[in-house]
Amino acid sequence: MNNRIMNHPVLGKLEKEAAFTFTFDGKEYQSYEGDTIASALLAGGVRTLRVHENSASPRGIYCNIGHCMECRVTVNDTPSVRACLTEVKPDMVVESGKPKAAPFTDRENMPHTYTEFEQKSKRKAGNNHV
Amino acid sequence: MSDVVIIGAGPAGLAAAISCRQWNLDVTVIDEFPKPGGRLLGQLHQEPDGQWWNGIEETKKLLDHATSLYTDIQCGVSCYNIEKTENGFTVHTNKGTFHTKNLLIATGAAESAAPIPGWTLPGVMSIGAAQVMTNVHRVRVGNKGIVAGVNVLSAAIARELQLAGVELHSMALPAKNAVTKEHGDPQSVMDGLIRIAHLAPSAFLRFGSKFAKSTWGRNMAVKFYPKRGVKMWGMPIHVRKAIVSINGTEKVESVTICDVKPNGEPIPKSEKTVDVDFVCIAGGLYPLAELAAVIGCPFQYVEELGGHVPIHNEQMKTPVDGLFVAGNITGIESSKVAMAQGELAGLSIVQQMIRDSTSMDEQMRAARNKVNTVRENASIQFHPNIAEGREKIVSAFSKQQA
Repeated sequence: MNNRIMNHPVLGKLEKEAAFTFTFDGKEYQSYEGDTIASALLAGGVRTLRVHENSASPRGIYCNIGHCMECRVTVNDTPSVRACLTEVKPDMVVESGKPKAAPFTDRENMPHTYTEFEQKSKRKAGNNHV
Repeated sequence: MSDVVIIGAGPAGLAAAISCRQWNLDVTVIDEFPKPGGRLLGQLHQEPDGQWWNGIEETKKLLDHATSLYTDIQCGVSCYNIEKTENGFTVHTNKGTFHTKNLLIATGAAESAAPIPGWTLPGVMSIGAAQVMTNVHRVRVGNKGIVAGVNVLSAAIARELQLAGVELHSMALPAKNAVTKEHGDPQSVMDGLIRIAHLAPSAFLRFGSKFAKSTWGRNMAVKFYPKRGVKMWGMPIHVRKAIVSINGTEKVESVTICDVKPNGEPIPKSEKTVDVDFVCIAGGLYPLAELAAVIGCPFQYVEELGGHVPIHNEQMKTPVDGLFVAGNITGIESSKVAMAQGELAGLSIVQQMIRDSTSMDEQMRAARNKVNTVRENASIQFHPNIAEGREKIVSAFSKQQA
């Protein structure tokens, strides 16, 4: 899959430097020098960069200039990296955002203060948020 | 400690850096995007005289000039906090801390959201996102899309997508709701369309001239707006159709579009499904000013300038000692205005540093006149009453000083 705009009536022919590869969720993709993670993945046909931590609904780029935080991915084990602002480097290991165990799903029982949060979360076993 | 740190390597920031370097100030420019140029990079439109405004070329000119003056430009640097110190500022970033006597914030603008149901699906993006993908990264955002939001910016970018060979079904309004407000209101949208009619070739130009620039004319234009839309560059623009939802499970598959009354209310049973694989949402721009707020700079809400703006005077100086602003953070205008403002702000900083203001009076006056001339000659006006907005902010500064 290649979604590159090779020829442009005003901007001219696409002159890209040598391509290299990186991985996204274990699969290999191609990147050009100067690509961001978001642009290289979209060129490779990938729209979904993460899922909502709680509902697991899919998300992709929205603003593409670093403001909306929708495109956060894990890069070489660093979480919450904005795909739209991060240049791809050879052999980079990128992983999509995954759902997380929700500490409180019951609306009625939501903690309202930090103290309440600490008390309630202590009672919940296997909670990876605290 | 540097003389000045400039946050934002867009047209305003780079122009300011050039001014400062010409007077040999110690300057560092930071920007969180991997390349300098800011949103100027993505711009591509034809001026009324037929010349192309190519943002990549314009950026290169600015960058070559700045580089020839040995300007320190650091990309991939995100600023998340600024502290005002006794003799300047401490700028905290992901790449360490910068200490500076003066600070210029030239962070530009961000896009307002115009949310419609289904807008979190992959394949929905802001119109500016599509611009950057298309012109900067040269990646197709999809095979066939639709634009939700009809305004100066979305019309310009729709044309850019078309130039790159990306198919657009049409442009229509986002369904009117508590957030989309005037973007979903045919009358307000028509007001904006008439202001950009001069930019479009043949068909739309003829359309624009058909209606007098009167309220009556605009009412008529909305009331009798053609069902098939009005074509600009061969693409239908609708002000009497709204996108009510974006549909799909894992990504965008279609949109539901309906006819609306002149007041934006949906007409029952007029819904139709249009197959698309991407949607661009265009809710307009607002000044990106959080960093000025963090320092405690006073603000004023000025509608004509696009939102909350840090108070500043005609020399781009804020009431906070050593803090300057330039470009779209001061109000939504074209990149040419941003460049002229940057040049002026840079000179203001120089004047503050050398403290021999009289020797610079002439140059400052020229730079200020340039901002005004560029503004008056702008082919794209984001807001019709920009001059009034500018006056409001300058008078707010005088009150602040009094």
